Amino acid sequence: MRPVSIIGVGQTPVGEHWQKSLRELAVEAVQAALADAGVERPDALFAGNMLSGGLCEQENLATLVADFSGFPGIEALKIEAACASGGAVVRAAHMVVASGAHDLVVAVGVEKMTDLGGDGVTSGLATAADADYEAAHGITFTALNALLMRLYMERYGYARRDFSPFVITAHENGVHNPQAMFREAIDEKDFLDSPMVAEPISILDSSPVCDGAAAVVLCPTEKARSFTERPVQILASATATDTIGLGPRKDPLWFESAYLSAQRVYQQAGVSPKDINFFELHDAFTIVSALSLEACGFAERGQGVRFAQECNIHRNGKLPISTQGGLKARGHPVGASGTYQILEVVDQLRGRAGEAQLGNVRIGMAQSIGGMASVAVTHLLGVEV
Amino acid sequence: MNLPRYRRLQPAFYRLQAARCTACRQVHFPSRTRCLGCGSASMEPVRLSGQGRVLSFARMLHAARGFQDSVGSLTALIELREGVRLVAQLTDVEPDGIGIGQEVEMVLRRLRSDAEQGLIVYGYKFRPVLKRQAGAQAQS
Repeated sequence: MRPVSIIGVGQTPVGEHWQKSLRELAVEAVQAALADAGVERPDALFAGNMLSGGLCEQENLATLVADFSGFPGIEALKIEAACASGGAVVRAAHMVVASGAHDLVVAVGVEKMTDLGGDGVTSGLATAADADYEAAHGITFTALNALLMRLYMERYGYARRDFSPFVITAHENGVHNPQAMFREAIDEKDFLDSPMVAEPISILDSSPVCDGAAAVVLCPTEKARSFTERPVQILASATATDTIGLGPRKDPLWFESAYLSAQRVYQQAGVSPKDINFFELHDAFTIVSALSLEACGFAERGQGVRFAQECNIHRNGKLPISTQGGLKARGHPVGASGTYQILEVVDQLRGRAGEAQLGNVRIGMAQSIGGMASVAVTHLLGVEV
Repeated sequence: MNLPRYRRLQPAFYRLQAARCTACRQVHFPSRTRCLGCGSASMEPVRLSGQGRVLSFARMLHAARGFQDSVGSLTALIELREGVRLVAQLTDVEPDGIGIGQEVEMVLRRLRSDAEQGLIVYGYKFRPVLKRQAGAQAQS
């Protein structure tokens, strides 16, 4: 296996794109990433996406995107891992370049969610759970997360308001990201007053339904400097799974997939959590942020919420998270979110994050979680200083 | 939901049919062909008691397509006597009549009435255990 670097990134703004289709979003991000990398034609294209079939009646998605990007003929495949599809597509592209199968690969995460009504999207998202034993019983994805949130509050003695720092921080950071869906700060009162989706989860515990596409271009590290002065190396890349349903787990409040994929990247890169400068985590719901911090070793069990309350997650804290708004404020176009995370880590490490730029960062981590953390994809990216 | 799928699911949906490992005796719901505990591939069908308690619950204020009747209903994570956990809807429960630790029992109820091919889908839900009146047994 050879080292792999990212040499270019591109994205569309995240939001409700009434004038743009699935293919237009994907092609726009691909073209922007290739232009940033100075690459005319990639050897292969991978498309990360969760719901193109269910929401847009379009499968064979990677072929479509390769075609309309101007590259019919190249190898192109769709990668699906529920809400972790955007991380999984970078993982797949990484394996392909690392193995030597291709040199120049573009990974694009894309999701078009807003054409359908709310109940259609809710049904689509529920397909990430166990279709026969969860979704077929009318149990929504938000309800499953709400079960975890109540259990967490009960076991560790937290109130709903204790989760507000995750949301306030994400919105604060989103203000500085011109591509973010929400660029408005909110306060604790906004959080407490927001209406319930699946009690105890409110609309402000949750990330929004939206559209967007993000793309990155990968090549062997040894060739990266011929494309850009500031490549970002993929220091480690790993995926892990857990049971698809919540029921069979020993402890529903432990994200084994997030733990395993984090351990794998720490081992690959020879680092520990204290070496990570910032973390783009999967803040689809506030409870997921807390459990992700615990699984990755940044907080003890039951301390993920306290870790946030103690200001560690702010841009000047010990471990800045959601530095450009996260899934909460940048937005969560599900199959694209993991690729946005990678792009944002790359921007931070290249010093190109604009007003959201963190000072003195060398190693960034991104973790994309799918289903009820039944799958997690984790990446470590780094630059030489 | 469609007819062939519904027919395949009926043992689980109607009777909580599960699988028990013949080696380590661990019970699995949904049924699986290889034991998560010991790795054995020798499993036998077993019917669960349907008696358990609520570990957590959530009130759904939005529903998926086809489940409009579920708006306002409660979903729970339930641990059955056999040690098996599952997620199911609660029924026959007052708005504030549920708490963590509540004893519940399985009942067969309608899950949805407008599935494909005109199917009405029935399956397990759980309700608070009905308390027998003191002395009711002796009088009957």
